[in-house]
Amino acid sequence: MSADHLPEHPDFLWRNPDPKKSYDAVIVGGGGHGLATAYYLAKNHGMTNIAILEKGWLAGGNMARNTTIIRSNYLWDESAAIYEHALKLWEILPEELEYDFLFSQRGVMNLAHTLGDVRESVRRVGANRLNGVDAEWLDPQQVKELCPILNISDNIRYPVMGATYQPRAGIAKHDHVAWAFARKCDELGVDIIQNCEVTGFIKDGNRVTGVKTTRGTINTEKVGLCAAGHSSVLAEMAGFRLPIQSHPLQALVSELHEPVHPTVVMSNHVHVYVSQAHKGELVMGAGVDSYNGYGQRGSFHVIEEQMAAAVELFPIFARAHVLRTWGGIVDTTLDASPIVGLSPVENMFVNCGWGTGGFKGTPAAGLTFAHTIATGAPHKLNKPFALERFETGALIDEHGAAAVAH
Amino acid sequence: MLLISCPNCGPRDETEFHYGGQAHIAYPENPNELRDREWAEYLFYRENTKGTFAERWVHSTGCRQWFNMLRDTVSYDIHSIYAMGQQRPDLQADKPGEFSQTGEFGQEPGLAPGAATTSTGAATTAPTSSEGV
Ligand SMILES: Cc1cc2nc3c(=O)[nH]c(=O)nc-3n(C[C@H](O)[C@H](O)[C@H](O)COP(=O)(O)OP(=O)(O)OC[C@H]3O[C@@H](n4cnc5c(N)ncnc54)[C@H](O)[C@@H]3O)c2cc1C
Ligand SMILES: [Zn+2]
Repeated sequence: MSADHLPEHPDFLWRNPDPKKSYDAVIVGGGGHGLATAYYLAKNHGMTNIAILEKGWLAGGNMARNTTIIRSNYLWDESAAIYEHALKLWEILPEELEYDFLFSQRGVMNLAHTLGDVRESVRRVGANRLNGVDAEWLDPQQVKELCPILNISDNIRYPVMGATYQPRAGIAKHDHVAWAFARKCDELGVDIIQNCEVTGFIKDGNRVTGVKTTRGTINTEKVGLCAAGHSSVLAEMAGFRLPIQSHPLQALVSELHEPVHPTVVMSNHVHVYVSQAHKGELVMGAGVDSYNGYGQRGSFHVIEEQMAAAVELFPIFARAHVLRTWGGIVDTTLDASPIVGLSPVENMFVNCGWGTGGFKGTPAAGLTFAHTIATGAPHKLNKPFALERFETGALIDEHGAAAVAH
Repeated sequence: MLLISCPNCGPRDETEFHYGGQAHIAYPENPNELRDREWAEYLFYRENTKGTFAERWVHSTGCRQWFNMLRDTVSYDIHSIYAMGQQRPDLQADKPGEFSQTGEFGQEPGLAPGAATTSTGAATTAPTSSEGV
């Protein structure tokens, strides 16, 4: 086929400007959170003389690697509030960003396999309802009706004893979400600067006044860190510590299949979660690799174990094949909740610690972090997620309680 | 999967071990005198090194002994395995006259004499003692 027959190259969705000498604010990290933050800074706070600095290519970190589960059925009030706000934003963003990123509210099921699971789940359904989050408790028969390919018999090691179900939860196309935000940011005048690694900060006393990058020094009034797995590395450059540990988190996809899986199924106990992407791949993931790691890869036994769990729950998957596995670097905290707020350095703000589950939080992280950067004080939704909580003891312990991972 | 040389049992699959996070964190000497900030540091703050990291592992399905390890958190190469209670080995120490560099064009740090070289099963420094954490 000659070049004349090729379709026209699609329009570029954003410019690739060179960095200016100075900005009113600089966002470090061009993943989903950096993009959403810049978008809301420009849209809600009129701050358009701002830049996103990304060391690699746009949204090539966890944003490109996550399994896109979106839900808000967290246990504690603080979490339910911020994740439910995020879910409401997901519901309006395709229209607002004028981009159909295939947000599919196909529901998310969290399976219970033990009496402990059942009690925790029923309690969470109650808590969710009190917080205005849609939640239902399903018995095994109802689980089967919603997801016929699930094995609910008692011939498996941990039979399904029921599930929580959030009908408004679902998945979206992560790359398109990033591109949707990037295009709007660009339209609003935000400079998206790729291949620009932040290598240090310039401070006047305890106040940040600029960033050093591989593309020169940039002066700025304010800095917002959205570097996910690399948050500790950046904090160290700025002279403070974060209670974060970076771990590999892996996922995998199968080859394409006919649509067989109508919803999203997560099992904390046998440890796998599965959805079927729009094109037809089965998408699976589980927990982090145990060790600290910045390698964007993990150990194969983690993949093997989640496949074993998937085949037990979905016998029909026994003949599917692994097409591809990959890993990201997730920034975990000890209470499994994010840190969004001020930092010990003046005019520097941190958004990190979203760990294995920050894709779903993208719009709310952006909205509240932009508010924090623009006004110098947290939004009411991110106030409880301050760094100080590790000192005051007001932790938001979502371990286990939130149906965990992702 | 990492191949980890247990000081007692030799090279075994990672699945036989459990991870214990950063090594060399001592229990506060005077717990009653700590302020909230210091408790926070002790309980919640750990190094999150990108590069050579001193960490603990336990051989849960083998000898059930704890030991320390120096591992690169980017390449995952294991540089040294040493006993609990022993000081962190200095990987640069046996390269006299050589500049210690870091960053993109930096040299791989040299290995302490007798230290394991990679995760692929070289011998490890035999633990000289096995006292406390
Ligand atoms: C395998 C996997 C599955 C997941 N599944 C889910 C899920 O189903 N649901 C869910 O809600 N969440 C999920 N997550 C978590 C989610 O992906 C993250 O919490 C979220 O993407 C983090 O925010 P981000 O998009 O901004 O991060 P990233 O996309 O990682 O953005 C951070 C950016 O900072 C850049 N950066 C780092 N250092 C520097 C520097 N010095 N200078 C400039 N730029 C720098 C990086 O290159 C990167 O692009 C998953 C993660 C993984 C890895
Ligand atoms: Zn052993």
